[in-house]
Amino acid sequence: MKISTAQLWVQDQDEALAFYTDKLGFEVRSDVTLPEMDNFRWLTVSPAGQEDVAVVLMAIPGPPVMDEATTRQVEELMAKGFSGTVFLTTEDCRGDYERLKDRGVEFTEAPEERPYGIDCGFRDPSGNSLRLTEVKLPAIA
Amino acid sequence: MAFVPPARHLLRAKDLADARYTEPLEVDDLAQAAGLSKAHFSREFRRTFGESPYVYLLTRRLERAAALLRNTDYTVAEVCLEVGLQGVGSFTTSFKRMYGMTPTAYRAAYPPASHNARVPACIVRAHARPQHRTIREDSPAEQT
Repeated sequence: MKISTAQLWVQDQDEALAFYTDKLGFEVRSDVTLPEMDNFRWLTVSPAGQEDVAVVLMAIPGPPVMDEATTRQVEELMAKGFSGTVFLTTEDCRGDYERLKDRGVEFTEAPEERPYGIDCGFRDPSGNSLRLTEVKLPAIA
Repeated sequence: MAFVPPARHLLRAKDLADARYTEPLEVDDLAQAAGLSKAHFSREFRRTFGESPYVYLLTRRLERAAALLRNTDYTVAEVCLEVGLQGVGSFTTSFKRMYGMTPTAYRAAYPPASHNARVPACIVRAHARPQHRTIREDSPAEQT
């Protein structure tokens, strides 16, 4: 068993796509709009070089998929930052932090030393949390 | 200062091509990343990696363009811009040279992107379900 795809709710798919590709450097894995599904747009992205795992940037549906009250609840949870998190790893947390900050990424935490390595946190335009960790290799005993 | 093998500077330029091919990047920018003059850079890059930096950058873009043609419903012009190329005419010419057919023909040779999308059945079920309508809800005016 392997993870293939996980989903994030996004407020605006075009805005999310621009963020994940232009700012984070992810690549589009799939972007199709299906008229037979009321123009549902299946949009997935993943880091360059990691084609077997992708994140679905999913628009919050309205009725009949989701009743209006639930749609509002999801939007509120996203606005509060409790909708979802993606954990990323890197070989250079501080370098990526500087590069992403220069591109206008909104950071919630600057890089800090942790027992497991160095990590920092930022948000996508919808308020989803992303965490970027440079994992420390365990010392060889 | 520690010795840095010259190939390390060339690798930096190659990494730049891989990371930022979506931007209007040119060989000049790669040479700058390696800290070499354009002519010297092109010569050294070819000697180290076996192909010119121009060809490396172009083939990186064309490989990505082919993936977008197979997996998205973007127009050919959108695909061209998406991979950092500016002119659809030269994109089409380069693509045809590498793949033996135009971008449009390449796309037509594969199943439609919607077939590759593998939208999970649960999502198809949820989104393809029609909105329930009754005459009363649709046409309140007719009730009067």
